[in-house]
Amino acid sequence: MKLLVNGKPRESASANLVELWQEETRELSLDSPKGYAVALNGALVRKDRWAETTLMEGDRVEIVRAMQGG
Amino acid sequence: MKADMNPSDSFIIAGVTLGSRLFLGTAGYPNQRILVDAVEASGAEVVTMSIRRISLDRRGSDTVNLLKGRRFLPNTAGCETARDAVLTAELAREALDTNWIKVEVIGDRETLYPDVTELLDATRQLVDAGFVVLPYCNDDPIVCQRLADLGAAAVMPMGSLIGSGMGVANPANLERICRRSSVPVIVDAGIGTASDATIAMELGASAVLLNTAVAKSNDPVLMAGSMRHAVVAGRLAFRAGRIPRRGRAEPSSPQLGLVGS
Repeated sequence: MKLLVNGKPRESASANLVELWQEETRELSLDSPKGYAVALNGALVRKDRWAETTLMEGDRVEIVRAMQGG
Repeated sequence: MKADMNPSDSFIIAGVTLGSRLFLGTAGYPNQRILVDAVEASGAEVVTMSIRRISLDRRGSDTVNLLKGRRFLPNTAGCETARDAVLTAELAREALDTNWIKVEVIGDRETLYPDVTELLDATRQLVDAGFVVLPYCNDDPIVCQRLADLGAAAVMPMGSLIGSGMGVANPANLERICRRSSVPVIVDAGIGTASDATIAMELGASAVLLNTAVAKSNDPVLMAGSMRHAVVAGRLAFRAGRIPRRGRAEPSSPQLGLVGS
């Protein structure tokens, strides 16, 4: 399934946002999604809804984090 | 606000009493240790954060953990439309578990000047969505008034261009904004050194938000301490009330009983 993750085309087997989150952040070895957030097709999806949010071909996903800023 | 109406001179945003009138940005410090030490030296309770796409090639610093215990004020820096600012605010609320948001909608990347139309739209939408909205705006009394009318918890007019270090470019405007505003005025952007922060406070600002002046100084921790004092000094001077400016000398020592002649 083709997705657009943070603006980049991605081939993914993830069925829902929990799986995509694990796939995308594996190399970051995070303890928890604290400080992070996810949007699907331009709308926030809260963490407690990730499991039930299934992904479809062509979905646009944004994975963001809070970082240093002014 | 008259000093005698508020003898403790408390500073309140959306029902929260803040012990410091300095808001500090967290970007651009030489390293994490200096950032943490500078925040500590500044005495700031509120620190600003940005929201950005994760990058998989580098983990980046965990600023959220480094600065836990401070009140986070996430921003929508870099957004050019109300729609992007609203989504960024929603993501920030989820990521940082706060409904405070510094709304910044810029008109172009050269001046980083606020786009007033989009800013008013974003402010209205975010107030409706239950956010405590602190908009970064022009030093324009009418724009500030419109934002307050829409329900902004404070207004944050620019001292001068973001990152310019030019200080308070239009003191007359800023003084007028502070005098008329029904919500706290936080001067945001343009502060270059301690005296700039003091001037903003002397003009009646409730607080100052700055980042580059500290982060890019030769010694950020020292400058952070300097800003802490500068803001307090300016506030005390504002409450005390300065003397009028005069065009001629006025002796301060008694004129009678002079020795000689």
